[in-house]
Amino acid sequence: MRYAEAGYNLEIDLSRGNIERVEADPNLTKLYLGGQGVNAKIIWDRVGPEVDPFSPDNLLIFGTGLLHGTPVIGANRTVVNTISPQTGLFAHSMMGGWFGPEMKFAGYDRIIINGKASDLVYLWINNDKVEIRDASHLRGKGATETAALIKEELKEPNAQVAAIGLAGENRVYTASIEHGWSSAARGVGVIMGDKRLKAIAIRGNKDINIAQPAELWEITMRMRKEMHDSDGVGDWMAVDEDDSFHHNNFAWGNARSRLKDYWSEELEERWRNLKYDHMDRQIGCYNCPKKCINVISYPGRKRFGYKCYGKDTYHMGAFKELDFSYEILGVAQEYGFDSYSTPQILAFAVELYEAGILTEKDLPDFPADSGERFWYLLEKVVRREGIGDVLANGVYWAARQIGNGAEEYDHNTTKKFEQVPIKLGKLNPPYFLMIATGEKMNITQIEGSFPQDPLPTREEREAFVNNWVAVPNEKFKQYFLNWEKRSDVTNEMSCAITDWNEAMHYIDDAIGLCAFVSSFRGQFGGGIAYHINNIPHIISLATGMDLDKDGLWEIFQRNRNLVRAINVRRGLRRADEKPPEDHWAVRDHEFEQKLLDDYYEFKGWTMDGIPTSETLDKLGLNYVSEDFLQRGILTGKEGTPSAEKDVELESGGC
Amino acid sequence: MKGEQQNKKVKTIKVDLDKCNACRACEMACSAYHASPKYSSINPARSRIRVVMDLLNDEFVPIRSCDYSKAGCDGRRTYAINGKEYSECSFCGTICPTRDLFKEPDSGLPLKCDMCEDEKEPLCVQACPGGALIVEEIEEGIEQVKPGEMEIGMRSLIDKYGMQKVADTLARMKKKS
Repeated sequence: MRYAEAGYNLEIDLSRGNIERVEADPNLTKLYLGGQGVNAKIIWDRVGPEVDPFSPDNLLIFGTGLLHGTPVIGANRTVVNTISPQTGLFAHSMMGGWFGPEMKFAGYDRIIINGKASDLVYLWINNDKVEIRDASHLRGKGATETAALIKEELKEPNAQVAAIGLAGENRVYTASIEHGWSSAARGVGVIMGDKRLKAIAIRGNKDINIAQPAELWEITMRMRKEMHDSDGVGDWMAVDEDDSFHHNNFAWGNARSRLKDYWSEELEERWRNLKYDHMDRQIGCYNCPKKCINVISYPGRKRFGYKCYGKDTYHMGAFKELDFSYEILGVAQEYGFDSYSTPQILAFAVELYEAGILTEKDLPDFPADSGERFWYLLEKVVRREGIGDVLANGVYWAARQIGNGAEEYDHNTTKKFEQVPIKLGKLNPPYFLMIATGEKMNITQIEGSFPQDPLPTREEREAFVNNWVAVPNEKFKQYFLNWEKRSDVTNEMSCAITDWNEAMHYIDDAIGLCAFVSSFRGQFGGGIAYHINNIPHIISLATGMDLDKDGLWEIFQRNRNLVRAINVRRGLRRADEKPPEDHWAVRDHEFEQKLLDDYYEFKGWTMDGIPTSETLDKLGLNYVSEDFLQRGILTGKEGTPSAEKDVELESGGC
Repeated sequence: MKGEQQNKKVKTIKVDLDKCNACRACEMACSAYHASPKYSSINPARSRIRVVMDLLNDEFVPIRSCDYSKAGCDGRRTYAINGKEYSECSFCGTICPTRDLFKEPDSGLPLKCDMCEDEKEPLCVQACPGGALIVEEIEEGIEQVKPGEMEIGMRSLIDKYGMQKVADTLARMKKKS
C-alpha cells in the first residue's frame, strides 16, 4: 500500500486524444518527494533544451504535494510547472484552494499534459473516468464563469475546476490559471492556452492512506488549533488595515517612484470602510484554519478574492486608490491575469507613451487619465490587439520589439521576468543573492525564513533566538544575535541565509505546504508552524518514509540543483544572475561579484553557476552530470573533491 | 397509537454560516474518524458532513447527514438571503437519491451522522476552531411510540411501494367496501 500518495499519474496527450493512467514510480518519491520536485524530474527527462515552449512537446504538469490529502494542515498548494515562453526557463507556479487534494482523492499524484488540442477542450476527470471534452462554447468566457458553467453542465457541484480566461486563450505571457479565488501565475496560463486546454474539472472519492494515523492525527489536531490562534502564520494583511508597508516602501507606476509618506490615518479609515462595505467574508484553502483571502463583491463585477499584495498592484501601477483595484480585479480575474506582472506591463506602456516612444499611432484615442489608460491597455493586451500583441509578451520582450529606446524602460526584470517593484537605497547582500540566483522569478517564492531586519537591542535579539525553534543550525542564532545593521552581513552569512530561505520553499513546493504557514512567514517574527525541525517527522508519519532533517535537507539540495540543471541546460548562466540595476541606489560591483563567487562555491557550482559533477553525483543526479559532460556544459575539469565541500551539503552549512 | 411524550436532552450541531472559511476540515476529520482503523485514511466523500459551496454566490453551508429518504422530495424552492440565492437542498441533510452526498463511495449505502458518540465532541466540531460548528444541547420533546404489528407491516408496504401507492390502494379498497 502507498501512503499519502495516490500512486498514479494521469498522462494526457491532447494531440492524439490519448489518456493513460500510469503507475507513479515510488523511487521518485524517495528522491524528490513530489510537487515541484517530481515535476522537475519529469521535465528534465522529457522536455529537452531543444523543445520550444510553444512546441506540442512542452509539458504542462499539475502536481500535488506529497502531503495533499493527508490531515497535515495547510498542505493544499497545487504546483504547476512547464517551460515558460517568457523566460525560456522552468516555470514554477502554485495555487491554493482545493484542487490538489481533489486530484489525490481522484487517484492521481499529477496530471501530465502533452501535445496540443486542435480546438479548445476541457478535461473532465471523475476518478477513473477521464474525458477530453469540447470547450468551444466556453471560448472567451471568464475563468470563474467557466468553472461555474462546467460544474453546471456536468451536474457536479463538488467538482474542482482550474481554468484559464481570455488572457490564457490568447497566449498572453502573464496569463494565470485560476481556481476559486486562487491563481497560478508566472508562465503557466499561456501554455495551458497554447495547448488549447480551457479547463480541468476534477472530482474524486478515493481514500488517501496514512502510515502512522494515530500520532499524525494527534499532532495535526493540535497544530490546527495553534495555527488558528497564532498571528505567526497566515496572511496578517488580510486583517491588518495598515498597509503602509507596501504603499510607502514599494515603487509606484512602472516600478518607478516611492511615495514615502503616502499612508495616512484618513486614508486607512477610508479604505477600511471601502473594504468592509464590500467584503462578503474571508476564506481559506483546503484544511487550513486561516482566512487569508478577502472575498469582495463590487458593484457591476463578478465576485472576486484577493490576498496580500495582490490588492495593491493595479492601483499602485496606475497611481490610483484601492477602489481602482476593486474595479479592475474582478475583471482581471475573469480574464485570468497575474496581478503581479500584468500591472507592470500596463505601467510600462504608459511610461513609453509619456516618453514619446509609443505614440498616438500605437495607442489611438489613448485616454488622459492613468486609470482609464490601464483599462484601455488591459483590453488591448488580453485580446492581443494592436500594441497589445507586443505588450502581451511581457516587459522584456515588448521593450525589444518596440525598440527606439524602449529597452531603457525595462528596468525591473530579472531573467526576463517582472520583479516585485522594490527600489531601495543600500545594497542588501542576502537579497542580492536571492534575486540574482533564484529561479522562482519572484522574491516572495525565495525569501522567508531569516528575518528581513535586525532587532534594535541585544536583549530583544536574545529573547527572539530563545524562542526560535525553526533554525536548521545554531549558527543562525549567532548570526542574528550579532546582526545590527540590515546591510551589514558577511558573505558567509548571506550564503547561509539564502540557502535556508530557498530550502524551505523547495520543501514546501515538494510537499504542497502553503508558504504562509511555512517558508514565507518565519521572517516576520520567527514563530512559524512548519520548519526543518518538524517537517521530517510529519512526512514520516504521513508517508511511512524514514526521513530525518539531514535527509530532507539533501532532498532540497537535489531538487534545487535539478531545477538549476534544467535551466542551465536551457542556457542560464552567471550573466543572467543580475537583480535590476536600480533595485538599490548604491551598488558595489566588485563586492557583488565576490559575493556571487562565494555563493556559487558554497553551492558547489562553477563560477558560471553550473552545478559541478561532484555536487550532482553526490546528490544522485549522475544522469545530469553525464548529460552536462556529453553536451560540453561541463568539461570534467571543474575541481576535485575537498573536505570543505563535504560540510557544505549538511543542513545550512556555509 | 399515540405514545407518551417525553423530554430528552439531544446533542446537535449549530452552524454559523458566517464563520465558515471553506477549509472543509470538517469533512476531512469526519472521514478520518470513521475510517478503520481510526484516522488511517482520508476521503471527504465518506464524510457525514459536507460543505455545500458556491464561490461565485459566496455560499458555504456545512450540512450534516440526517435521515435516509428513498425518494426525492419536492423541495426545489430557492431562498434569497442577503442577496445570495440558496436552494433548499443547500440546507438539507437528508440522504436523498437526487444528489450524491452522504453515500458510501464503494457501496452507495447511506452515511448517517452519529455525532461521534465516544468523543467529547464530534470530530467535525473539533476540527473547526473558527467556530462555524458548535455543539448544542437542546431539549426535545420525543414521542415514544411503540410500533404495533400493523404499523410494521404498513411500513414495509410503504417502503416497497411508496406512500402514495399504499394510500391510493387503501382509498380504493375503502371505496369498494
